[in-house]
Amino acid sequence: MLARFIAPFHAFLLALVLIAFTGPAFAGPFEDAVAKFTTDDFSDSEEAVDAIASSGSPLAYPIISALKDERLMFDADTKKVYIKQEDGKAVDAATGAPVDAIPDSASAVSLNNKLRRHIEAALGGLTLQSPNLDARISAAKSVFKSHEEAALPAVEGALAKETDRTAKAFLAQARAAIILFKSDAAEVDKLEAVATIRSRGDQDALAMLSDIGTDQPPAVAKAAASAVSSIQNSLAIWSGVQNAWYGLSLGSVLLLAAIGLAITFGVMGVINMAHGEMVMLGAYTTFVVQEVIRTRYPGLFDYSLLIAVPLAFLVAGAIGVLIERSIIRFLYGRPLETLLATWGLSLVLQQAVRTIFGPTNREVGNPSWMSGAFELGQITITYNRLWILCFTLAVFVILLAMLRFTALGLEMRAVTQNRRMAASMGIATSRVDALTFGLGSGIAGIAGVALSQIDNVSPNLGQGYIIDSFMVVVFGGVGNLWGTLVGAFTLGIANKFLEPVAGAVLGKIAILVLIILFIQKRPRGLFALKGRAVEA
Amino acid sequence: MLTKIAHNIATMTRRRWLAATAGLALGFAISPVLAADDTIKVGVLHSLSGTMAISETTLKDTILFLIDEQNKKGGVLGKKLEAVVVDPASNWPLFAEKARELITKDKVAVVFGCWTSVSRKSVLPVFKELNSILFYPVQYEGEESERNVFYTGAAPNQQAIPAVDYLMKEDKVKRWVLEGTDYVYPRTTNKILEAYLKSKGVAADDIMINYTPFGFADWQTEVSKIKAFGSAGKKTAVVSTINGDANVPFYKELGNQGIKATDIPVVAFSVGEEELAGIDTKPLVGHLAAWNYFESIKTPANEKFIKEWQAYTKNPKRTTNDPMEAHVIGFNMWVKAVEKVKSTDADKVIDALPGTEAPNLTGGISKMLPNHHITKPVFIGEIKGDGQFNVVYKTKDLVPGDAWSKELDGSKDLIGDWVGKKCGNYNVKTNKCLGSGS
Repeated sequence: MLARFIAPFHAFLLALVLIAFTGPAFAGPFEDAVAKFTTDDFSDSEEAVDAIASSGSPLAYPIISALKDERLMFDADTKKVYIKQEDGKAVDAATGAPVDAIPDSASAVSLNNKLRRHIEAALGGLTLQSPNLDARISAAKSVFKSHEEAALPAVEGALAKETDRTAKAFLAQARAAIILFKSDAAEVDKLEAVATIRSRGDQDALAMLSDIGTDQPPAVAKAAASAVSSIQNSLAIWSGVQNAWYGLSLGSVLLLAAIGLAITFGVMGVINMAHGEMVMLGAYTTFVVQEVIRTRYPGLFDYSLLIAVPLAFLVAGAIGVLIERSIIRFLYGRPLETLLATWGLSLVLQQAVRTIFGPTNREVGNPSWMSGAFELGQITITYNRLWILCFTLAVFVILLAMLRFTALGLEMRAVTQNRRMAASMGIATSRVDALTFGLGSGIAGIAGVALSQIDNVSPNLGQGYIIDSFMVVVFGGVGNLWGTLVGAFTLGIANKFLEPVAGAVLGKIAILVLIILFIQKRPRGLFALKGRAVEA
Repeated sequence: MLTKIAHNIATMTRRRWLAATAGLALGFAISPVLAADDTIKVGVLHSLSGTMAISETTLKDTILFLIDEQNKKGGVLGKKLEAVVVDPASNWPLFAEKARELITKDKVAVVFGCWTSVSRKSVLPVFKELNSILFYPVQYEGEESERNVFYTGAAPNQQAIPAVDYLMKEDKVKRWVLEGTDYVYPRTTNKILEAYLKSKGVAADDIMINYTPFGFADWQTEVSKIKAFGSAGKKTAVVSTINGDANVPFYKELGNQGIKATDIPVVAFSVGEEELAGIDTKPLVGHLAAWNYFESIKTPANEKFIKEWQAYTKNPKRTTNDPMEAHVIGFNMWVKAVEKVKSTDADKVIDALPGTEAPNLTGGISKMLPNHHITKPVFIGEIKGDGQFNVVYKTKDLVPGDAWSKELDGSKDLIGDWVGKKCGNYNVKTNKCLGSGS
């Protein structure tokens, strides 16, 4: 029984009684179909969608797209259906006439997945000739998926008029899908359809060709089987490319999280257990920035991350300087005490954030340019991962240039390589220490901005990255930024090639075992450097 | 030498981290206020710091709210109730210590607490030894029935199996991905589901089981694996027992890779209104969750509860969820049992509880069963654009909880019966009680 039981039952029954006693109160089949929404029953709504889609009424598209977005309202008492338009105005769904206000007793027609599939198929049929290219392509895609015979004339009509090459290819595939499943289509047409679908070559094509039913002619079944194996082969190659991409992406996240630590631990030799919390503070800075933008300047939302980057650097960097001045500078040369002190500090920071912002996750939105994905051959590349990769490399290059070409960078390297010599050359070593620690922390804060896009913004955010960060820095070679880069990407790619074979849990264990073995062989990591960290 | 330390750090496991973290956080525990003898003390054993604080803090507030309401009605047996709140800080051994403290030092009559199965297992010996009562409000893997514990959350047959049935019937799902976090609840649940699916004629090739570590954040490979598994021409669904923080990146990745609920629906057992609060749910519309309660269910009892809860917490947006409802039912059952035997003595209350009934918030009357589980309705909800759930299916009657799964070879002949047999694992084939050794 699928009736929506949370709707008030008496109203539902009343509606049924009204139907029974008032007789056919509506004029045509279109109006009858619209009235079906007032029962708010999934199977009634399905029938209504199908009937409205084939009615040819100009209201068909507005009604069905409103239903999809939960904007189609019904009033069970008056048996009226309204479309709540995106601008807040309302029209009567049966007549298209504007109404002043939707009554309070109206509620949205409810949806389930089966109904959503009907809606997608219906909208596909209705938007095949839309003036918008993207709408036409997505319409062709949804017709391909639903491949209902009824849509064939619409597809052929659209195909004849279509001028864009991409849209034309999708329409041809949609047509092929319909013909393949049409019981009375000629064998020649079906074979041609298999070839068209095969040329698409993706997972949807694979799914369709693997399930063509048992009543196909033998030649068609054979062609489909050979197409399936050819698609599988090409997808296997693509999956290697995909693993490499995933590895690069994971590597960039590792690098981003570790790069600040490469300064504080790698260059300065401070075991900073509160590093993860600096990342977390950066993520919370992003959250605060977005909250302010949401309430005060909603138009700026797409720039929120760009605004958050310098702020996160300043917040985390300032806290870093504060930590160095108040705690760490008294503990230089005492690694165990530093470890305990910074660990305690990380707990304090976590609980502070938990007290201020609450223990639950905070929502950090993706700006529009970071949402979604695009297809490259047969692999899907998501924009947020791509941007994070670019961002990480940019941060790396800027940091490298800073260490190489600025006065502060020169002083940092000098202090790292020989503190006493640097001091006797007139460098204020303690000031450099504070600034270096602030720089490392600030970069961790920047990492938090990027990680807020792919992970939870919660007080525990940092804990998930601290181990990985140390792993990368130690593996790459303490004190060497290039080592951190190579280490991060090596670990990322190795992990992503192990994961499909061994599973996520075993893959992670395997990586840890490999690192342990590697460190036994080369205790100073991939690229060993001379410096304070090594001498300590 | 530095590198060596760093190396040790790098190889330390996450769990030990958590334990140590929580150990240091001990100082945050809230110490109870001493009160006069004419109150009945109620222990609250939920983590208020550490990883589990995200879920458990709300349950602490729920019990404080329920005690407040009860005291307004005059308390129990003419005495006011008094909450004793401790913070076990997401640290499993600390749960046992804090439980002992509650029972021996604070002399509480009953304890409401725990979330993870590990924490429950950790306090079990304490409750047995000191003979006290624990109400456990979270859905769990079953395979347990203890004299001192009352399980008000769902057993697998009250959540996982109805959800799978729904997908089989409504969406004609033929191929299944069982995706879970690597610990005892997903492993046992998936074992039960695998046996159940096979008994329904699903081929072994059509079941894929994946586990990921706690707090897993990089879901790219897993999600594309699901996508590839779903392209075999059969309708595919994902059954998710992914826990806690790993959910947000999982759903984000699903949205980014364009897996829509109309193609491959995901039904989750650990995702509720609170977990969705951290994500934009628009790309997730239509994915499912199976629970025994949803905030969006419109019954007078639920509307009243939400209104009073939001007034109590002074937050008009505060959400409610399934484990909260379990505490509401458990608390009311305890009050009824105490009033029935006119005593808070643990033995008397334990004997009085089976058979006790209390209304749930969704319009039914839940009953405590002899196996210390309760009867509950099962709801399947679809995620809506606003982060709430739209209920698309409900079981006709309340489903009684099975302590021992009928799907697993090791437990299909076992029952828990603390009324007639006085045994938590009675074998109906051999007519023997296995006792506490197993």
